[in-house]
Parts: sequence; C-alpha cells; structure tokens
Amino acid sequence: MTSEEIKDLILEIIEDIDDEADFTSLDADQPLRDQLDLDSMDFLDIVMELRKRHKLQIPEEDYPHLATLNSCATYLEPLLKDA
Amino acid sequence: MPVSFSQVDNQYDVIVIGSGLGGLTTANRLAYCGHKVLLVEHHHRLGGLSTWFKRRGHIFDISLHGFPYGMVKTCKKYWNKAIMQSIVQLPNIVFDNPQFTLRTTFDKTDFTELLRSHFKVPEERINSFFATVAGMNFYDDQSMTTRELFERFFPGRSDVHRLLMEPITYANGSTLDDPAITYGIVFSNFMNKGVFTFEGGTDKLIGMMTDELEKNGVTICTKAKVDKIITEKGRVRGISVHGTTICAKAVVSNSGITNTIQNLTDREVYSDAFLEKADKIRVNTSSCQVYLGIRQGDRIDDVGDLLFTSKSPEFDSEELLDMNTKSKTFSLYYPKTRPGADQYTVVASMNSRFEDWANLDEETYQREKQSLVTRTIADLDKYLPGVKGKIDWAEAATPRTFNSYTLHTRGTSFGTKFEGLDISRSIFKEVAGLFHVGSVGIIMSGWLGAINYGVIVANDVDGFLRA
Ligand SMILES: Cc1cc2nc3c(=O)[nH]c(=O)nc-3n(C[C@H](O)[C@H](O)[C@H](O)COP(=O)(O)OP(=O)(O)OC[C@H]3O[C@@H](n4cnc5c(N)ncnc54)[C@H](O)[C@@H]3O)c2cc1C
Repeated sequence: MTSEEIKDLILEIIEDIDDEADFTSLDADQPLRDQLDLDSMDFLDIVMELRKRHKLQIPEEDYPHLATLNSCATYLEPLLKDA
Repeated sequence: MPVSFSQVDNQYDVIVIGSGLGGLTTANRLAYCGHKVLLVEHHHRLGGLSTWFKRRGHIFDISLHGFPYGMVKTCKKYWNKAIMQSIVQLPNIVFDNPQFTLRTTFDKTDFTELLRSHFKVPEERINSFFATVAGMNFYDDQSMTTRELFERFFPGRSDVHRLLMEPITYANGSTLDDPAITYGIVFSNFMNKGVFTFEGGTDKLIGMMTDELEKNGVTICTKAKVDKIITEKGRVRGISVHGTTICAKAVVSNSGITNTIQNLTDREVYSDAFLEKADKIRVNTSSCQVYLGIRQGDRIDDVGDLLFTSKSPEFDSEELLDMNTKSKTFSLYYPKTRPGADQYTVVASMNSRFEDWANLDEETYQREKQSLVTRTIADLDKYLPGVKGKIDWAEAATPRTFNSYTLHTRGTSFGTKFEGLDISRSIFKEVAGLFHVGSVGIIMSGWLGAINYGVIVANDVDGFLRA
C-alpha cells in the first residue's frame, strides 16, 4: 500500500466507527483525536480493524504512532508494503 | 434461543464464562470478528447483575438506576443502533438530606450553577475542580485520596463533599479513602451530560443483546455452571461443566476476578509474585435492595427519577454501609420506563456489607429483611405520602441474594478496589489464553465500564487468537 492508500484506509475505518465523522477540514499533521472527537476506545477499534483486515498486530506501546493521519502512514507503510 | 448443554460442541475458538455486560460484550465482539464463540452462564437468564425479575405483574429492575451518556456511543459502536436509540435521559435527580435539598439534571452545567448559587463556591474554584478531575487518567499517581482531593478544593465543606461523593458511592461502592483518580474518572463520566436509562427496561435490553449475539453466531448456553478452567503446561485448554470438558484456544472469565483465581483455576498455574498480589485484592461492598410494586390501577406522583435521601447529619461511608443505615436511594419507575405498560414500581438501594448478613440464622435473617422493608416504606412516605396503601408487593434482597445469583465473592456489587484492575489485565501473562473481563478497579464497573472493558478484552483475545 502507498502512503495515500493507507490514509484512505484509516479514514475508511474511522468512518465505519463514526458515520458522522467530518473529514473536510482535517489536518493530516494534527492529532486525529482532537479533530474528530475520538476517544481511546475509538483507537482500540482502529487497531482491531487493522488486525482483522490486514493481520497486523500493533503492540500497545506503539499506539502513539497512530496519533495523526501522517504518523499513521509513516508507521504503517513498512508494515503494509505488501498489502 | 439458548441451547442446552448437551447440544454444545466440544471445541470452540473462545469460551466466555458468564454473561454480565462484560462477558456479553466480549462474546459479541469476538463473534463479530469471525471467531467461534461459546457463552456459558450459570443462571437461567443472561445479563448478570444487569437483570430483572417479575412478581405479580410487576417487573423489577436490579441495576437500571442510571448510567452516563457515554453509553450512547458505546452501544452504537459495539451493539447496534436500535439499542442506542432506546437510551433516554432521567431528568430529575433529587438530593434530600439534613444539609440540603435540591433537584438537578446532574450535568456539568447544572452542577456548576448549583455549586455557585446554592453552595456559594467561587466560580474559578468550581472550574478548576472540574478541570482537575477531567484530566485524571488511570495510570496517574494514585497516592492522593478522594478525601484529600475534596479538602484541597472545598476545605471543610462537608455539604459539598456530600453532593459530590454520595452518588458515586452508590454507583460503585467507593469511599473517600479510595484513590482520587478513580473518583475523577467515574465522576467525569457522569458529569458529561446527565444520567441516562434504557427505555423499555433491562429485559428489553438483554433481549436485544441476545438477538445480536445470535445474529453474530454466538452459541449461548444457560443453566451451566463452570466448575473449572482447564489448563495444561501454562496454557488454557478449555472448561469443565458437570464433569464434561469443552475445549477452546482461549477462555474469558466474566466470573469475578477473585473467583476466577481462587475457585476456577488451580493456584499452581500462577507465579508466586502474581498470587501475592492477587491475594491482596479487596472486593467492593455489596448491596441491599427493597422492591415495591404499586397496585395495578393505582398511581404515584412524579417526585423525581432518582432520589438520594438520607437522615444522617453528614455523609459518612461507614454510615451508608450500616445495616440500619439512614441513607438510601430510591429509583422510581413510572409508566415511561416501559411505555405501553401502565406500571409503577420503586426500588430502594443501599450499600451493604456481606459480613453483616452472612451469618444470621434463618429466623433472624427473615426478620431483618422484613424490618428493612418496613423502614424503607416509612422513609418513602416522606416523598409519597400514603404510599403504603398502594403497595401490593414488597420484597428485599441482601448481599446473600447477590452472592447466590452471581456467585461473586462476598456478593460484591461493584467488583474490586483499584488493585483488581492490574491483576485482571495481566492474568493472560500467567496462563496463555486465559483472560478476565468484568467489574474491577472501580473504574471498569457499572454498565458503561463493563461494556467498554468487554471491548478492551475482546481486542486482547482477538490479538491472541490471530497471533
Ligand atoms: C444493586 C446494584 C445496582 C446497580 N446499579 C447500577 C446502575 O444503576 N448503573 C450502572 O451502570 N451500574 C449499576 N450497577 C453495576 C452494574 O450492574 C455492574 O457493574 C455490571 O452489570 C457488571 O457486569 P460484569 O460484566 O462485571 O458482570 P456481572 O454482572 O457481575 O456478571 C457475571 C456473570 O458471571 C456469571 N458466572 C459467575 N461465575 C460463573 C461460573 N462459574 N459459571 C457460569 N457463570 C458464572 C454470573 O452468574 C453472572 O451472570 C449496579 C449493581 C448492583 C449490584
């Protein structure tokens, strides 16, 4: 997957979690949490969906890498290079 | 429909022991993720403490007194939209005690206003208190107690302490001596947007959850008490019920954490260091309840949805636990609770110690229960004059009742004190494939806490099964 595809994947998962999420003014370098009103349970959902869809195991200590859309892409790119 | 034990297969991906809201949610999430799940419950119905019973046309709810707004999002995400849509606000929360009498919607705005106008607390102090509790995390320092937190912000104001603490003590059995972080986390949850309930009653909720579980393919087996969790070489192998073994790659126990360690597994499977910590877990206190049914055709006035009442001069955790406590909450269920049924019921709840009730001989036990009912009706009369003549069913439950239905250690109503959380979260490091879900650590309890914890544990189990 390319960096752009990974970002789309993350947004798609977030949309599944919250169908009212509004991405129009999303800044890819700012925390997703503040912009989309996500809580720690939402991040757990993202982790579980990534495991279900792509067999990815993300250890708890790596959760901070999922903070912004860009940091998600940076962290996930090597892990999803063959996906 | 739940199946009988003889129809159960002999191999599953996961077995969930117990169908409290934690167990139900873990089972549902794992089945939704494609795992083959068996849910085993000792009682004849699902729900654990989230339950109800019927007497003479009345339906009594046990733990439907109120939950935080967070349930809306949680039910939508982890159950379904129909369940979410049945969540409605309880608008009238009443406090009545020798220090103050007031009515509130129990949200941050209204509380701020009350603290300012009624209790004359300066606004910046109120705001900094709210900001402090809202910023608390479970991994923060736990050396400060709730008492110290209150003294810091509202020194000497026992009336303010009462307003802030009494509802939380009823909600989770915590006291002024528990870590301030547990108070902060729970209080911030409730102070979000008010107190909510499930329209249609607990029976409707559990019915809807059962449908969802079946839709996702969970095999449900009731009236089956798990006697042992079977382990082999540090791994879980399955469970034993009435001498029959059912195998699984993972087992999730929704039985109490103390029960799970002391009764469902052998001590040898754990390390000494783990047992040393596990043996120190303190369970929370239990409850007494009195259920009052209003005769069909009679009605009672709307005097509030949830009444925190006390005749005790000041708030005192010990007084709340006394067998003859002067403090109790009344939950009033009007026809709006179950639209369509023209029913009124009242449930009085008190915190209570198992030890006080456990060793009474049968005659004394029955007499104490009766006098509890009598005292409760007399107390309710202040809010509903003449109510006694309208009651056609009155019955009491004690810590013994809670113990016999849930098997929980000392009938605990609200799981364990803070230290239980760490043990519950780390049990899988001791025995591969063994997980625990259910009320622990004060914060992971109540309907919202139990469901959210169910999701967290489902994530751990899913990770284990896919590794
Ligand atoms: C009186 C009272 C009032 C309450 N009011 C509220 C309220 O208003 N709002 C709120 O949010 N919360 C309330 N609570 C708390 C809330 O009900 C609980 O925190 C929550 O329901 C607990 O869920 P749980 O997952 O921990 O499991 P539990 O509900 O404790 O269920 C555990 C289940 O495991 C089963 N089990 C145990 N051992 C075995 C075994 N060996 N084999 C098979 N099955 C087994 C038990 O039968 C039970 O069904 C109240 C609790 C009480 C007691």
